[in-house]
This record gives sequence, structure tokens and C-alpha cells, in this order.
Amino acid sequence: MRSSQEAAGPTPAEAREVRPLTGNEAIARGAWEAGVKVAAAYPGTPSTEILEALATYPAEDLHAQWSTNEKVALDVAIGASFAGKRAFAAMKHVGLNVAADALMSQTYIGVNGGLVLAVCDDPGIHSSQNEQDTRIYGALATLPVLEPSDAQEALDFTKLAFELSERFDTPVIVRGTTRLSHTRSTVAVGERSEPEPRGFLEEPSKNVMIPAHARLRHGAVLEREARLKEYFDEAPINRWEPGEASFGVITAGTCYPYVREVLPNASVLKLGASWPLPEGLLRRYCESVGRVFVVEELEPVIEKEIRALGYEVEGKRYFPRAGELSPELVRAGFQEAGILPPQPQKSGWSGEPLVRPPVLCAGCPHTSAFMAVRASGARVSGDIGCYTLACLDPLRGIDTTVSMGSSIGNAIGMAKAGEPKPVVATIGDSTFLHAGLPALIDAVYNRADIAVLLLDNHITAMTGGQEHPGTGKTLRGEEAPSVDYEALVRAVGVDWVRVIDSYDLAVMYQALREAIAHRGVSVLIANRPCVLDPVKIKGPAMQVVTAECNACQSCMNLGCPALTWSDETFEDRHKVKIDQALCIGCTLCAQVCTIDCIKPAAAVKQ
Amino acid sequence: MSGSPNSASEAAPAPASPAAAVEPSAEPLNVLIVGVGGQGVIMVSKVLALLAQAQGFQVKQSEVHGMAKRGGAVFSHVRFGRQVWSPTIPKGEADILIALEWAEGLRWLPYLKPETGIFICDTKRIVPPFACLNRRPGAPLRYSRETPADVISQVGEGYAIDATQMAEELGNERAANVVLLGALSTALRFPAADWEQTVAKFVPKKTVSVNLDAFRRGRAWIEEARVVTPAVESRAAEAPAPADPAYRVRLDIVAAWCKSCDICVKICPERCLRLNAERIAELAEPEKCTGCRLCEWLCPDFAIRVHLEDISAMAADAASEGAPR
Repeated sequence: MRSSQEAAGPTPAEAREVRPLTGNEAIARGAWEAGVKVAAAYPGTPSTEILEALATYPAEDLHAQWSTNEKVALDVAIGASFAGKRAFAAMKHVGLNVAADALMSQTYIGVNGGLVLAVCDDPGIHSSQNEQDTRIYGALATLPVLEPSDAQEALDFTKLAFELSERFDTPVIVRGTTRLSHTRSTVAVGERSEPEPRGFLEEPSKNVMIPAHARLRHGAVLEREARLKEYFDEAPINRWEPGEASFGVITAGTCYPYVREVLPNASVLKLGASWPLPEGLLRRYCESVGRVFVVEELEPVIEKEIRALGYEVEGKRYFPRAGELSPELVRAGFQEAGILPPQPQKSGWSGEPLVRPPVLCAGCPHTSAFMAVRASGARVSGDIGCYTLACLDPLRGIDTTVSMGSSIGNAIGMAKAGEPKPVVATIGDSTFLHAGLPALIDAVYNRADIAVLLLDNHITAMTGGQEHPGTGKTLRGEEAPSVDYEALVRAVGVDWVRVIDSYDLAVMYQALREAIAHRGVSVLIANRPCVLDPVKIKGPAMQVVTAECNACQSCMNLGCPALTWSDETFEDRHKVKIDQALCIGCTLCAQVCTIDCIKPAAAVKQ
Repeated sequence: MSGSPNSASEAAPAPASPAAAVEPSAEPLNVLIVGVGGQGVIMVSKVLALLAQAQGFQVKQSEVHGMAKRGGAVFSHVRFGRQVWSPTIPKGEADILIALEWAEGLRWLPYLKPETGIFICDTKRIVPPFACLNRRPGAPLRYSRETPADVISQVGEGYAIDATQMAEELGNERAANVVLLGALSTALRFPAADWEQTVAKFVPKKTVSVNLDAFRRGRAWIEEARVVTPAVESRAAEAPAPADPAYRVRLDIVAAWCKSCDICVKICPERCLRLNAERIAELAEPEKCTGCRLCEWLCPDFAIRVHLEDISAMAADAASEGAPR
């Protein structure tokens, strides 16, 4: 039974109480309490719920919006900061790559109203294309990165980030990880207080980054970093927790609870800010203890800096650089380092775990598109979305996936490079609006011979069903204009455009064949709503007439989770049965059945 | 299976057997809840987390979303006690493992405390499409083969419960997770009334009554199972490993009848057919062919015949005739 979403929204009477909040909800709460006026984001796991939670606070308090991509989201926040209001943007780690262009200039400009970015990394790659370490952006952009270790700190650090932003004239990053974002723990919440309003600051030498201004600002940025280092030397968020002094541990963020789990009594320097690092404090700490260990997830950011200070700290030698850390891995590292005694391996259950990769849902409209793609014999560049799952058996219809919007650019390149197979790009509606459109214009402009399959399921499905400019709704659920894809695509100069129903497999096959045969850019828009969001679709289920089934398993090519083997066989192959609870009645299996033995359940009497 | 649903549906269900109840001491108590996307794993963990918090414990509840909705494995760690550091439960340290699906329960067994851990697992099997992809005649289902008896004997305290069946009997299959909450409740020292109040907060208003029935049903079932020997439900019990029949596949393609339409090439699930230089269909990768007959049945010109030859029978023939083919 799915639970009702727990509202993180405030009611004044409940202020100061203690609530169970996820890291994401706590970041949103912190931004709200800090008096944020404008917040924007593009959805991305694990950061998505931050803006969803912010949208539960009153519209009079703040404007919260989904943007078309992370760069636009950050630019919107930057605009609000220019206007003198506290502003906030949230994104996943790879979203910061998209927004980085704006960030790298804004760090020179600084802020008027406080400007905070929440960036959530995904160590372990639970739902991403890589596991880059956002803290390195702190060094690159020369700005502070705060790293909360639990939901309480997520709230407190987000509030602090706004203060630091205004005090030091800098954008500030609050870095989360999947583990922080999706761990719920108790949080003491506070009241909202809006700072004194500031007007627009008319100062072109600060706000307009022409070379002459930027050269001057770079100096200011370096001077700012020096002041920040001084501040963090004494700041309470960098916390020295004394303990037994034969060795010490320097750690930050979600690694801190792992260290405390395995070494409850050790001396620990817990850094609340992982950039810039407090040199004086680090020196004092390293000199006060024997061996010094650095426990940090992903890159050796802290370790390298301390080594540069001349201390032989130990870190990535014992704690892996790839993947998510855990109490087990931290324990194993300290065992290898001789700090903890080796533990005998507990013998336990050792069965072979079942392979259960995520799959497209029963009735997913992407299924038919990839049945057609698979039969087309094309070279297929994929994109980011649920449909990336079509790279697996049985659909196995995607050859490449790089990043948001890459499919179309990749297709242009493959076609121009003389790829002998016809080239097809597959891209979802939200991803198309995010970064696919410029590439489509490029394709038309450069006369690329590619077919684009635009998978329009009317939602940002992958992240759990968020609105976007094509859905007709805003983040707060208000009516909004919606993009007319056919008109849009024609307007950029595509002359072959067709909209088809994803549930009509024969039309899908034929239209894709024609799109591929067309010389130049063709766009085929496969149009059907996601079966989960915004409403869960459930039609009358289909059923197999078992006596007639010849076990060809043509329907199993769909990879539909509602289809499974029955106990009956034909020629020693299993006949198929349909899970009536899961089937939504899309009829795709009936359309591919070679002997027409799949029928609406109501019509089958067995 | 559970005996007395009527008595159990009274307002005050029987108290949990204190001998079996566990509670956090210096160390936090670790409960791992696992299942498949859509089963309600997160709801179970939210109920437990809120209840533990209301009892004054520090609580951390950690899960991973993202792919969860897409039929993938879902898990949620709940830890509570006086002081909880790590949000995740280290391997081998779960006091209780609650599984909403059979193979998922097995996947996470290494996380259970080897001697003392309590394992409560729904015998419901959700077979992923991946398990049914082999078209070879006699190919086995790729799903866990372990029976409840195999597993229960290897854990400190184990229960294989057909929670889905119980929920179906109560008229709402989706309440299976609440049946398991009822089972879980017997292993912890929180008052039953508090459990029920918390459950009621998390389920849709219309279904409060059926969910409370489900909760009591699960609770009563465990109470009964404790008195008898740990009970074992039957659903996952069968599934003996089928013997691998040995077939050889042979394709006859009549070149004169093939009109190069390409249908067989496109439809072949193993992608082992192609058109040759003369644009006639041929079996390019015979070792991949499973003999599923799709090409035979779909060839509009009847140009393809699939022969499934039973090797064991052939071997017997060969032995008697002394003439291998």
C-alpha cells in the first residue's frame, strides 16, 4: 500500500517541534526558514524531492518552479539574487555540469541576495550515469562547499549557507549524497525569517563580466577564498571531537556517521565545509594525534590538500575511491590499516541472488517504440530516461547513452562519420526540452540524415513524475501553457514530422520505417502518457487462452513484467500467462501474438 | 496457516510473546525491510520509524529510490536506539529482516544476524521478465530454488508467511505489507494499540478497516506459528529443478520460396538469422537458435521449417543402429 506523502510543509503552531525529515526535505526546510524567495530546479535523482518539498510551502513565501534544465534553473536563481532576494537552485551532480557555465561566471560576480545551490551526488551510481564528486567544483569555482552529515545538519547548513553567501559575497554549494537525501531522521525545525530586502545593485563592474571587469573580479575571488579559509579555521561547523590520540580521523558529510559507527571513541575532526579547507585547524589537528586518516567518499579532495600541507595522511589507500562507502567498508579499511582487529568472517547464507534489473512498466508506451527500433536494424543513440532500460534484453535496442540530450548530437556525428546503418536517436519529451532542442536545430542546419524518435509520455517519468513545459502544469500544479512539439519541430525546419499512437504497433513499425527512409531529418513523435504518472493507468486486463498458446513467446519479446511463464508447456517450452493485477490492457502482447490467443480477460472463458 | 481471525480482530489483540520480543540496548536495533517496487516497502518502514520515534528513540530510516518504481529491488533500513550513527545496517547485523517477496528475502539474508536474527518473509513470488527469457525447450525458470524449509533451518528464527494470500482473503491484496507489519509487531515491544494507530495514519482512509484486519491477521499468525513449529507455507515449496532435455535444432530454409521479405530476420528473438548475399534468409548463428519456431510460423511463404531433434532419443537410436547422423 503506498503511503500518503508526508507533508513537510509548515504550520506555525508546530514550529520548533521535532520532525522526521529526509535530507532533501530538511534542505528545503532550511531554505524556507532562511527566507528564500525564488527556487528553481530540474528533477534529478537524488535531488528531486527538494523542490517538491519547497513547493509545499505557501506561494506567498516563495516562488518555486521546475525549469527546463539546470542551467536555466541556476540562471533564474541568479536573476533573483541580482534582484536582491535570497535564491536557491537544486540539482543532481551531473546537473551541475549543465549549470557550470553560469556558476563559473557567477562566482566572479558574487551575490546580492544570498545564492545557494543544493547539489546531490550519487556515490554508488544508484540512478545516474557517473559518480563525479561535486566538491571538486568548489575548488574549480573557488567557492564554499558545505557537507551535511544528517538531516539536522542539512537544515542548519542550508540556513548557514545563505548567511555565508551574503557575508562573503559568494554563491555557496550544499553538497548532499543519495544517502543524505533519502535518509529520514529527526530534525528540530525553526521559524522562517526573511532578511531585510535589498534592491538591485547597480554596479556594472561587478555584474557585467566583460574581460576588463572579470580580471578585477578574479582577484576579488582569490581574496574572498583567503577570508573564507580564515573563517572556517574557527567556524563551529568544523568540529574537533577529542578522543584517544594515537591516531585521528578527518572526515566530512555522510562518512562521519560511518566513522562514528565503527570508532565510537576515536579522535575525529569533522569538517562541515569540505572547501575551502581550514589550513590552521588541519595543521593543529594533524600535530595533535599520531597517524591521521582521511575518510571521504569518492575523490581524495581533503586528503590531497592535507598532503599539500606536508602531512603524510592515509586515506584512499584504505578506503575505496569508487563507489559508496558504508560502515562495512570503513571498518574493513581500519582493519587493513591495523587500527581495528581483524574480524572473523561470519558464515551466513550464501545463495545465488536473483537477477532483478529494473524494467519498463507493464503497458509502458516506450515498449512498442523499441520493438520497432529493434526491428529497424538501425544504429541507435539513446538518451537519459526510463527508456534507457531498453538497452537490456529482450528489447536490446539502444547502442549508446551519454548524457541529457546527447542522443541527437551523437546521431548527427554517427551519420556524418558514415555509419553504414541508418541512424536513429531516441529521446523523451522532458529530455528533449532539457537539451535536445539545440541539437535538433543543429541536425536541420547541417542537413544530417537521421531519424529522431521523440518519446512523448507527457511527464518527467524517470524521477517519479514531475511536470515540465510540455505537460500543461507547473510545479505547484497550476495550469500552464504546454509545448506543441509538432509545431516546434516544424518551426526549426524539420519537414518530415508525424505523431502516432505508441499502442499501435503496426503503425509504429511502418512510420519508423518511413522516417528512416526519409533523407534528412525526420521526427516521429510517439504519443502516449506514462502509465504511472500523473495518474496510474489501469484498463481491463488481457488473458492468454492457454489451450491455444503455442509457447512461441513472441510476447515475451516485450519484456513486460505482467507476462510470465505458466506451468503448462508446448514442445517443452513454457506457455505464457498474464498477471491480471499488473496488466493494464495496452494490448501490445495481443498485437504480437502469432496465433491470436491473447484476448481481453472478459472475453476468455477457460 | 492462521487460525482465529475473529478473535484477533478484537480491539485488543493478544500481547506479543515477551520471550521473542527484542529491543535496543546499548546498540541500536536494526530492521531491514525489503521487497519489489510497488509492494509498499517504504510504507512499512515509515510506520516503524514513526512508531520508534514516538517511543522516544533516535531513528534513522534510509532507502534508495530512483529505479525503485521500475520493478527493481527495493530496500529500507530502519535503525533505532539511544544513539544511531550509520543510517545503513552493516552486513550481518540486522536483528530483523522483513521481506515482502520470497527471492528478495533470500537476497538480503546475509544482512541478518547469523545466530539470533529473525526472518519474516512473504512466500509471494514476483518473477521478473529476466527469469523467463530462455526459449530453449526445457529451459528452467531463473528464479531462486530454495524452499522455505531450506531457509528457515538456517536462520535464528524464521517465518515463511503467505501474507499476500491472507490479504486477498481479506479482500485487498495490497494490504499484504500490513499483514507483515502485524507479524513484525510481535517481535518488538511496542504496544499493539500504538502500532494500529500508526498504521491507520499511513493508509488511505477508506482502507483503514481492512488494513487493521490485515495487521491483526499477521500478528495472530505469528503467535500461532510460535506455538507450533515455525510454519512453512507452500507456494514457493514446489519448483523442483526440471531435468535439461537435450534438443538439437535444425532449420530448413527453402531458398526457392524465400522472397527476401526480411520478416524472419526482424522477428527472431535471438537475432540469429540474416539475409545472405543473394538476399535469401539463412541461419547465421546456429548456436544461438533455440528452435522457438517464430520464423517458421511467421514466414508468409512457408519457406522455413524448424526441426527439434531429441538428442537423447537419437543417441539411443544410434546405439541400436550404430549409424550416427
